[in-house]
Amino acid sequence: MARTFTEGSKAVAETVKLCRPNVIAAYPITPQTHISEELAQMVANGELKAEYVTVESEFAAASVVLGASATGARTYTATSSQGLLLMTEVLFNISGMRLPVVMTCANRAISAPINIWNDQQDSISVRDAGWVQLYAEDIQEASDLHLQAFRIAEHPEVLLPVMVCMDGFILTHAYEPVYLIEQKEADAFLPPYQPQYYLTPKNPITFGAMMGPESYMEARCQLDRALCGSARTVEEVAKEFKKRFGRFQGTLVDTYCIEGAEIVLVAMGSVISTIKEAIDLLRKEGVKVGLLKVRCFRPFPREAINKALVGVKEVLVMDRAFSPGSGGVLATEIRAALQDVKKAPEVKGHIAGLGGREISVETIINIVKDRKSVGREDRFVDLKEALLS
Amino acid sequence: MEKHLFLAGHTACYGCGEALGARLVVDAAGPNIITTDATGCLEVFSSRWPQSAWAVPFVHSLFENSAAVASGVEAALKALGRQVEAKVIAQGGDGGTADIGLQCLSGMFERGHDILYVCYDNEAYMNTGVQRSGLTPYGSNTCTSPSGKVSWGNRYLKKDMPAIAAAHGVPYIATASVAYPKDVQAKVKKALSITGPKYIQVHVPCPLGWKSDPALTIKVAKLAVETGLYPIYEMENGVVTKVRKIPRPAKPVTEYLKLQGRFAHLFKKGGGEGEVKKIQQIADENIKKYGLLSEAAAKVAVEAEKE
Ligand SMILES: Cc1ncc(C[n+]2csc(CCOP(=O)(O)OP(=O)(O)O)c2C)c(N)n1
Ligand code: SF4
Ligand SMILES: [Mg+2]
Repeated sequence: MARTFTEGSKAVAETVKLCRPNVIAAYPITPQTHISEELAQMVANGELKAEYVTVESEFAAASVVLGASATGARTYTATSSQGLLLMTEVLFNISGMRLPVVMTCANRAISAPINIWNDQQDSISVRDAGWVQLYAEDIQEASDLHLQAFRIAEHPEVLLPVMVCMDGFILTHAYEPVYLIEQKEADAFLPPYQPQYYLTPKNPITFGAMMGPESYMEARCQLDRALCGSARTVEEVAKEFKKRFGRFQGTLVDTYCIEGAEIVLVAMGSVISTIKEAIDLLRKEGVKVGLLKVRCFRPFPREAINKALVGVKEVLVMDRAFSPGSGGVLATEIRAALQDVKKAPEVKGHIAGLGGREISVETIINIVKDRKSVGREDRFVDLKEALLS
Repeated sequence: MEKHLFLAGHTACYGCGEALGARLVVDAAGPNIITTDATGCLEVFSSRWPQSAWAVPFVHSLFENSAAVASGVEAALKALGRQVEAKVIAQGGDGGTADIGLQCLSGMFERGHDILYVCYDNEAYMNTGVQRSGLTPYGSNTCTSPSGKVSWGNRYLKKDMPAIAAAHGVPYIATASVAYPKDVQAKVKKALSITGPKYIQVHVPCPLGWKSDPALTIKVAKLAVETGLYPIYEMENGVVTKVRKIPRPAKPVTEYLKLQGRFAHLFKKGGGEGEVKKIQQIADENIKKYGLLSEAAAKVAVEAEKE
């Protein structure tokens, strides 16, 4: 298998093409746009046989893939930021109807102030929409995750939408050497979608029925069970992918230098690569620091996280989004997960890299070195005091 | 008993024009269809789990996306080579169509999807308890356009949805009324024989929201047409090609208004005459614009009665 020097968006589009989606609907928004443009070109060139619906909004994009998926088609959409928020109502609907839609979220900050650069406030804000959420570390993983995403979504025991989250610009617009999969291999890994229930006069069924107090809660509970249960599929699919393609970037979580680590950094997305670099430098200085990468944020891998953090003294969580009035979202969930652990490590939250602010290797090193000066409140990293007055 | 594709046993109010409208549409279309519907009375009274009145495939998603969901259904049928399997019918109330769902509908029209969109026009948001919509007629009393010391009810004119559809180049557009069931069904059949987007707006009285006698639903619907307030016509490729003529002379609007509590304030307090006059003007303008008055009044009237 040869490596091609490719833009992140192009690598993702190439992989989506390999998945043979029947219906694609997307609306332009930076930094997602290159992905949907690439796919439009592939359809225009006749390389990809799909209906590409040029919708008038992200709300419609999500609604179109909902309708298409309910009709039995394999569907794909992509968006960012405001576009994802505009889709919100439909996102909940798609998971509630148990439709295996796959989406790329090219992570971007949320307005106001309007900002096109990267953070993860968009996908984190819709974490309760009932979608599987996977976060890519680099372009290779972002690309590979799409093939895995369809497998997870369409698994008969899952039947849930999957959102592949990749940091905007940092991964969508950067170039890296990427292994691209052959169509034959992709077909072997991802067979055609065979829906169990779909809209057809041959078996007229009702989708999206109303449920009252006597049954709504059970339907919601089933959604929760399916989402929790999907963890197994996320793991299995990652392992099978490794077997077939030799690449592995973790299942629900991944770790780096965690053996014997006293301090563990926890994060999601492209910052993982930066953290690894910082860890290499810190380890040389004798700092016992390791990394826990959260690859799957929904379902939240509570057990895997607890297992990885056993015996660790200090946990430093990096959040690229936050809940105003509460703190870092990942940090909060990590704290909750650690309630199950005896002698749980102390958790300190760091909110960093909002709206495209750089997180450098130095940023990470400083977070580790300054950790004792941080209190219980989640801290905004590298704030410019002059701008705050 | 006649076999229907929109089944009995749903929970619509007695005399509901929308339930009748949906049954006429689905029955005329036949079993080989896939339907979508917006949130609203129709969806609520027809699809409460574990029952469903729909003997055809049906999907309800949200209030404002029936047209976009249908666009996805149609795109999927095309992509999967299943076009022969089913025609697609999108449905919505007047609110789901003309207000909150207008953008999705515009997209569906513009992209030329092969879909028949049916708007069940009961002239307000009924499902949420009778609030005004863009299709609520002038002077109507609703919960958000109430009459009061300084108000005569809804201040705005009915949005001209067929013209909006026509501006998109929609090849077949029709208005209809449940007062004329055969006409509704003929229009549905005709629409389905045409490829591309189609728009049919069916006037469906709502006894609850209009505060009219449920036993008079058809009579009220008929009067809306016979006064000129609800012109019934077809537009093909942008021009009006057919008009349902009304008996000459047209009935005064008061005959229609007085049967409905939503207009009662116009007759109760002093000064309402001016408002009734304005409504009469709306009817007169429709009559002129669409050439509604028949030459041979009596004959058409008799024919209409036969339906
Ligand atoms: C986004 C959103 N806003 C508001 C509502 C509440 N709502 C549900 S149905 C409805 C009115 C429906 O009116 P119409 O489309 O005219 O249908 P009808 O019930 O009159 O048949 C409203 C306001 C909703 N479900 N979703
Ligand atoms: S409120 Fe009106 S539209 Fe709704 S079910 Fe009752 S009669 Fe029909
Ligand atoms: Mg209505």
